[in-house]
Amino acid sequence: MHNTFIARNPSVLWFLAALGLFTFGVTILSEATGLGLISTSFVKTLGKTLCLCLIAIAMDVVWGYCGILSLGHFAFFGIGGYAIGMWLMYARTEAIVLQNFSAQTIPATPQEISDAIGNQIFGVVGSSDFPAIWSFADSLVLQLAMVVLIPGLLALVFGWLAFRSRVTGVYLSILTQAMTLALSLYLFQNDSGLRGNNGLSGLQNIPGFEQTPQATISIVFFLASAFALGAGYLFFAWVISGKMGSVVQGIRDNEARVRFLGYHVESYKLFIFTITAVVSGIAGALYYPQAGIINPGEIAPIASIYLAVWVAIGGRGRLYGAVIGAAFVSLLSSWFTGGGAPDINLGFYTIQWTDWWLVLLGLSFVVVTLYFPKGIGGLFDYLVRKPS
Amino acid sequence: MIATLLEVSGVTVTFDGFRAINNLSIQFPPTGLRAIIGPNGAGKTTFMDIVTGKTKPDEGHVIWGEENVSLLGLSESDIATRGIGRKFQKPTVFEAQTVRQNLAMALKNPRSPFAVLTHRRTAKNAAKIEAIADEIGLTDSLTRIAGELSHGQKQWLEIGMLLAQDPRLLLVDEPAAGMTVEEREKTTDILRRAAETRSVVVVEHDMEFVRRLDCKVTVLHEGAVLAEGSLDHVTSNQTVIDVYLGRGHA
Ligand SMILES: Nc1ncnc2c1ncn2[C@@H]1O[C@H](COP(=O)(O)OP(=O)(O)OP(=O)(O)O)[C@@H](O)[C@H]1O
Ligand SMILES: [Mg+2]
Repeated sequence: MHNTFIARNPSVLWFLAALGLFTFGVTILSEATGLGLISTSFVKTLGKTLCLCLIAIAMDVVWGYCGILSLGHFAFFGIGGYAIGMWLMYARTEAIVLQNFSAQTIPATPQEISDAIGNQIFGVVGSSDFPAIWSFADSLVLQLAMVVLIPGLLALVFGWLAFRSRVTGVYLSILTQAMTLALSLYLFQNDSGLRGNNGLSGLQNIPGFEQTPQATISIVFFLASAFALGAGYLFFAWVISGKMGSVVQGIRDNEARVRFLGYHVESYKLFIFTITAVVSGIAGALYYPQAGIINPGEIAPIASIYLAVWVAIGGRGRLYGAVIGAAFVSLLSSWFTGGGAPDINLGFYTIQWTDWWLVLLGLSFVVVTLYFPKGIGGLFDYLVRKPS
Repeated sequence: MIATLLEVSGVTVTFDGFRAINNLSIQFPPTGLRAIIGPNGAGKTTFMDIVTGKTKPDEGHVIWGEENVSLLGLSESDIATRGIGRKFQKPTVFEAQTVRQNLAMALKNPRSPFAVLTHRRTAKNAAKIEAIADEIGLTDSLTRIAGELSHGQKQWLEIGMLLAQDPRLLLVDEPAAGMTVEEREKTTDILRRAAETRSVVVVEHDMEFVRRLDCKVTVLHEGAVLAEGSLDHVTSNQTVIDVYLGRGHA
């Protein structure tokens, strides 16, 4: 069965091969192996990019295949990041606190230890009590479960309410924007229990691996991200191949017709919305330990809009298109905004790319939407055009 | 066998005060063909919308099957899985997908997301698709993208999708629109064969087409039944001539 799935979807094999080759190349050239041709910070950038590619394929499935233009998937990404960030921060602070107390002659009481950890984490927002949502922060397993459960449950409830009322099109997009905005505004509050606008930081330090150099840690996360992207790609390719893909694309093209065929459209939308939210959460949980910090700004509505732009530029309705779009645009974006691109002096005016990059991106989006609706991925159609 | 498969009684629908369906009552037996004719705006499509759950009536009953289930309040998908299939006035097939995919989607199989996700191709399903493709004359086009088909072929594909659903009641809205004479003949044959084992309701303007269907005819006018009987019977009815037939020749 699996053979026939691959045989019917050769692009999956090509993608996995390319991803494998890329991963192998980066690993060999990284500082972790001693070759050091690729710096640790760039390995992190590449690892983060793989996570962005993962959420981009989720976006492509929900939008490109199912026709739901969600402008809120970065909320799920952020939740995944916060969920793992809580454990990272708690466990690391606990280690530091225990270290400090070990110098004392009188052993510290559990209450003292807890207070000290609380002080360390919540001092910035003028508090030292642990909010209820940190109840499981000491357990890696439970926080990992939350990476999956919270985005999944939120998507399930939100989707159920929205799809059941048959909210579609631009109204649904606005609703998803409202969801991500509400979440971001909530997190910005100091009493949200997640350190307000400070967010969670120091996430690059993995508890238990204090002695391991960042070069090694970065390559481990890079490999994990590559594995997650490969697995996610395979999973979504399987979901959208075959009959499920038919029904889902039918919903995109003519929802009413699918209903009259006897399919309960709302259940299908809910299924797609929820699995893509879960994958987005996983992508976020891998991303933020590489970024080192997460704050509510990451969940701002604009992030989810960028996600749609990546997928549109890469070419929606094909998974590798989403990967290309996310990788290409996000890397280009960090090059432009990071001062990599030389400013252009026009004599009377100097184009500084840190300011003008967004304009360029906006223009590209318009041009792609109007003239190349298939995006960059559409170029592959010319390459593999069947002889007719 | 039951005498009535679908019973619509006393149904009224108003759109912004305008009565599109006015105290309509109509019944269909478990097998056989029925033609519904009537001038533009008579409420033919709206009648199908009510039966298939797209439009909720203000008043009346729609009763289905042996168990006398009320269809009012059921969702479109629920009604469809209970055995009512529908072809739209404008051919609506999934243009981005192949003919085979269109038929496979319509084929009577479990409809839940989980069942669909774990669905496997079977020889039995493939054989059914082949048989339907043969019936609608699209055997050579199974791997073609539906969007590339001619208008008539799309109409047939949609009829094929209906057959694949294996419904007990087929509601067919203007199947012959835009078809050549030859295509029309073939369409009549398909519909007549389908009506051997199920109830088929055809809405059509074209009198020649209706004549060839050779079945009981119901004339709708201003949302109610104006006349019912054989084609010759209704076309000799003076009111029918006045409101409908007269128009074309006036
Ligand atoms: N959703 C709606 N809102 C308002 N008016 C409607 C709606 N649907 C139908 N109507 C009106 O109800 C009347 C009946 O329409 P319907 O489409 O059922 O006619 P029909 O018999 O199918 O006509 P045709 O032969 O042109 O297809 C028309 O006057 C139409 O304008
Ligand atoms: Mg009509």
